[in-house]
Amino acid sequence: MIKVLKTGLYSSIQDLGRPEFQIYGVPVSGVMDAYSAKMANILLGNNATDAVLEMTMTGAVLQFKANTLLSISGANLNPKLNDSAIRMHTVISANTDDILTFGQTTKGLRSYLAVAGGFQTKVIMGSRSMCRSVTAQTTLKLNDELKIVEYNPYETGKNASVKFNNDHFESSRIDVFEGPEFDALNHDQKEKLLNSEFSISKENNRMAYQLEQVLENKLEPIITSSVLPGTVQLTPSGKLIILMRDAQTTGGYPRILQLKETALNVLSQKYTGDNLKFNLIPYQ
Amino acid sequence: MKYKPYGERSILIEWPQKIDKTTLNDVLNFKKALQNKYAKQKVYINSAYCSILISYDTTINNIYDRISDIKRQYSKEFGHDKSTYNLWRIPVCYDDYFALDLDELSEVKKCDKSEIIRRHCEAVYTVYFIGFLPGFLYLGGLHKNLHMPRKAKPRLNLLGGAVGIGGQQTGIYPHDGPGGWNIIGNSPVDLFKADQDKPCFAKAGDRVQFYKVTLEEHQKIKALEATGFYKLESEVIDD
Repeated sequence: MIKVLKTGLYSSIQDLGRPEFQIYGVPVSGVMDAYSAKMANILLGNNATDAVLEMTMTGAVLQFKANTLLSISGANLNPKLNDSAIRMHTVISANTDDILTFGQTTKGLRSYLAVAGGFQTKVIMGSRSMCRSVTAQTTLKLNDELKIVEYNPYETGKNASVKFNNDHFESSRIDVFEGPEFDALNHDQKEKLLNSEFSISKENNRMAYQLEQVLENKLEPIITSSVLPGTVQLTPSGKLIILMRDAQTTGGYPRILQLKETALNVLSQKYTGDNLKFNLIPYQ
Repeated sequence: MKYKPYGERSILIEWPQKIDKTTLNDVLNFKKALQNKYAKQKVYINSAYCSILISYDTTINNIYDRISDIKRQYSKEFGHDKSTYNLWRIPVCYDDYFALDLDELSEVKKCDKSEIIRRHCEAVYTVYFIGFLPGFLYLGGLHKNLHMPRKAKPRLNLLGGAVGIGGQQTGIYPHDGPGGWNIIGNSPVDLFKADQDKPCFAKAGDRVQFYKVTLEEHQKIKALEATGFYKLESEVIDD
């Protein structure tokens, strides 16, 4: 078990979500940055589907009530185990009563903590991902007790670490495909969309990232149809909204672009004021 | 019909942009055929008014080949094929306690509140799909005289179960939360049960009819629903 001594700014348990429940209007949810979460799980020999703790900008303070192995990937929130700094992307052993502290981010936005065997919190509709209107809790609460499996670290897998690609934080390139309504855009709109730099507005969260700049628009709304995490919507007032993992399952705004999966991960590490540029890639 | 790639993992099938029952039948029968065809693969098939979205867990190699595969599963008969669906009878309390906008609707429509309720209960609504929020049913078939624009300023805290009218649509808010529809009542029925294998009782293609209950009956049903013993009235219909 792991006890929550401080929650951090926005911390939630996430795995790969509930894609099969979209037919009931349930958001896909799941880890925002699947690349970093996968890294953290791989280091421990976990399954890709195992649940991790996603922390945003400012991390949690946690106390272990069992021995385990852990690894941290994604944003660097300056993790410390019993006040000693620990490395990112490395297998670390933690013992009962050890205290794991996270501070503020120095690079990236979302950090991922994995433990051996994955977090064992309650499964709702095939997933442990916390999500509004679906699970009782949307984020961690003070004094929560998160179930984990007891692990005896006879072998700590010392020096087990992986190379984390730092482009993941630094690149402003967001790879996209044409969305279903891309062709409804006129030449000028396409030109502007694909050749300008955009920045992320303060309206950014697990549901959607809104961009600061607008794209002059006369497109009518469409008849409500399915949307996906990574869909770029264009509103009648010209706002660009990039849907993220907790997005609604349907929408009525034209879907002009669709982010590549890897771009969705890259975007998840960006926040207010960061710049991005769309890079159109063809379908094969 | 159009078949479009939608990102690296999904394919979108689109019908002409309109909302009607023949299109819905076509959509749902094609969806069923695709579900059968891909039953053994990890594929998520979701439908809306006039579209189907097929998504996979991994990148689709040769997306245009896959589209050709999918096209071959379509039959021109789908729109006219028979369908079997459930008709659900859903209790709604139209008491002033819940019906925040019924007075206004009555004034604007120059129509007695009792007549508005009668019309709202008379219609048999079609469930086109579930979307927007977990358990939110997109219903078609609202009486023309009950169409009413959304409120200019959405309310921030609607009660779960709130029954509203927004434009040409009527529906039930499954959870507490913000909403801009005109509220005319409240249903004690839980529309989304996250702890169950089938979290919503209804599915796309089903029909829904509302019936009026008193405040006392509403409370009783709500209490029974909380224990898990409440059973909605329904019948199976072969079209």
